[in-house]
Amino acid sequence: MKELKIQKTEGRIIIKNGRVIDPANKRDEVTDIVLNDGKIESIGKAGDPDPKAQVIDATGLIITPGLFDMHVHFREPGREDEETIETGSRAAAAGGFTGVACMPNTTPVVENQGIVQLVKSRQTAYCGIYPVGAVTKGLECQELAEMGDMFHAGAVAVSDDGKPVTNSNLMRRALDYCRMFDIPVISHCEDTFLSADGAMNEGALATRLGLRGIPNAAESSMAYRDAQLAALTGGRLHIAHVSCAETVDVVRQAKRRGIKITAETCPHYFTLTEEAVKGYNEMTRVNPPLRGKADVQAILEGLKDGTIDCIVTDHAPHSHEEKEVEFDQAPTGMIGLETSLGLCWTNLVETGVLTPSQLVEKMSLNPRGILKIGNNKLEIGKPADLTIFDPKAKWTVEPEEFFSKSRNTPFKGFNLTGKTVMTVLEGNIIRS
Amino acid sequence: MKWTKKDLLDLESLNREEISMVLDTARSFREILDRPVKKVPILRGKTVVNMFFEPSTRTSASFDMAAKRLMADTVNISPKTSAVQKGETLLDTARNLEAMKIDLVVIRHMSSGAPHFLASRIKSGVINAGDGQHAHPTQGLLDMFTMREKRGQLEGLNVLIVGDVTHSRVARSNIHGLIKMGARVSVCGPSTLIPMGIQDLGVKVYYDLDKAMAEADVVNVLRLQLERQKKGLLPSLREYSQLFCVTEDRLKKAKPGITVMHPGPMNRGVEIEPAVADGASSVILDQVTNGVAVRMAVLYLLSGGEGSLSEAIKKEA
Ligand SMILES: [Zn+2]
Repeated sequence: MKELKIQKTEGRIIIKNGRVIDPANKRDEVTDIVLNDGKIESIGKAGDPDPKAQVIDATGLIITPGLFDMHVHFREPGREDEETIETGSRAAAAGGFTGVACMPNTTPVVENQGIVQLVKSRQTAYCGIYPVGAVTKGLECQELAEMGDMFHAGAVAVSDDGKPVTNSNLMRRALDYCRMFDIPVISHCEDTFLSADGAMNEGALATRLGLRGIPNAAESSMAYRDAQLAALTGGRLHIAHVSCAETVDVVRQAKRRGIKITAETCPHYFTLTEEAVKGYNEMTRVNPPLRGKADVQAILEGLKDGTIDCIVTDHAPHSHEEKEVEFDQAPTGMIGLETSLGLCWTNLVETGVLTPSQLVEKMSLNPRGILKIGNNKLEIGKPADLTIFDPKAKWTVEPEEFFSKSRNTPFKGFNLTGKTVMTVLEGNIIRS
Repeated sequence: MKWTKKDLLDLESLNREEISMVLDTARSFREILDRPVKKVPILRGKTVVNMFFEPSTRTSASFDMAAKRLMADTVNISPKTSAVQKGETLLDTARNLEAMKIDLVVIRHMSSGAPHFLASRIKSGVINAGDGQHAHPTQGLLDMFTMREKRGQLEGLNVLIVGDVTHSRVARSNIHGLIKMGARVSVCGPSTLIPMGIQDLGVKVYYDLDKAMAEADVVNVLRLQLERQKKGLLPSLREYSQLFCVTEDRLKKAKPGITVMHPGPMNRGVEIEPAVADGASSVILDQVTNGVAVRMAVLYLLSGGEGSLSEAIKKEA
């Protein structure tokens, strides 16, 4: 198994001449950060160099508060052959993430405080692990799970992700109930009657390939329903993996009306269109499906104008055996932790859709804010939680090199710009 | 011109010359079927495997017969006898067949793209005998062969496809093939069974069968899966047949000499009236005969098609 090096920090470490981007403190400048015993001692030009201090030259590199992915699937417990919390957290660290929120659709489902504790107990030195609890017991949409108990055990949100909460009354109760703990309900929006048997985006290409289509309305209609329920209850709603133009619009309008709603999208929804499905490439089968050009454009606009708050990967590892089957039989999902930063930098920052600081908002500040997890800004005296990456590094995606246990990515061979150099978690330096 | 493709997966990926080549080759084979001894030793020593994951009598018999007419060894695998029932994957099945040193695989599968999946992973040639709702290239070719036989040429021909276009691989293969050959194609059926974006393939859409038939030289009637009603795609079969059944009355109002086709098996009285199916305009049984010739041509071309075809077919068994 591939290893990441962890260097325990003792004494002073001076990270010199990096471009420090810290949107919560409105900071974007080239300067030094001094760590002392793993805590941030100072930010600013380091004066007299401590002769005993270790110096890390960060010239040309960007330093940000640790990136956070609020939507990953680590498959533990249940499918450790696809990913474990250990391998997933290595992939996260290699990709520049210092924290992730793990979705509850494991076996067993994360549906009570015992399983929340189990997931938390598997926390590694590579990455912070924040469990998301289920909305309904067994994700079966019959009864509410013990959300309060799970919250007290450390769950940062609730979601039946992988499945929608089809019963609108139960969704209403969930949003209402979660107000007591001020945690969001993360909604996987999918009207399963509309998406039934669908394998890809509905439209001319699906007609040509003879695959059953999933219309945008399968997602946007439920997003609209949930926005209405959030308005009704005052609960906090977070829309998972927005894929299409209509959903961006639902979120935009709801925000205008003052509804407590936030939203996320994934790199594949602004990098690829349904065209990638041509040739029946199983790696491109995701749920919601890859959409059309107009949807990609709408997602980019939603990111730009702040309608979409976060970028997540929906990291969904699948074994090679399970993925290498007929397209409509293949499980949905792709991995994403190790390609996310490169895809975002290449397709959002280099193209001028987002400023570097806005990207850091969507990959660090906002997701931590939505889940109320600290360390979303640089603070003197706090343990260092940083991502350091090279925005000019050009690299080619080679899945064989991944730290994840799975290889299901459609980005093999993609040339990207922007790569993680090291992450600093609780003051410890992690690099490959 | 020489055939260069390893597989026949769909008609979308063939060019006009390749389609013509199959149709011309099929004409040579068609004549063998009228001989007293209907065999030529063109594929002697080659092995053709028919893998039908979906039940089909007509197409599997047609492929099997075509291979036997060319004296290939054939192996037929159906889901009931295959290890797929025991959880073997399509890939494993394919690898095992390959290890047995076969030459061609004919595959029918319920998943669109399954033949592409297979073709990209094995060295043997792969022939798509129908995948999901994607393609059925040999049906498209035999339909074109029959149209050419009956109407002289495909260029400028007005072909109307009637019925459940959404779920029809026959319709898609007809559309791609015919348009490439210069025909004009329209489709007609209930709007719930006409798929989104079909116009992008270059076809005209009608919802009124009488209007649609007015221009047609050929009407190709698709089979209606009767459970479509239960799935909420149709209010009733009665209403369907009133709106979309090709009847004698409708035929009388159409262009004189119109040709009626159907890929079979038919639901008589639902999509086609018995009098039409068995009438003078119908070429449905010719399609079946021509299917064997077209499949012989495809097997011949994909297996390398060495030497002169006219010499080859002169040889008696
Ligand atoms: Zn989901």
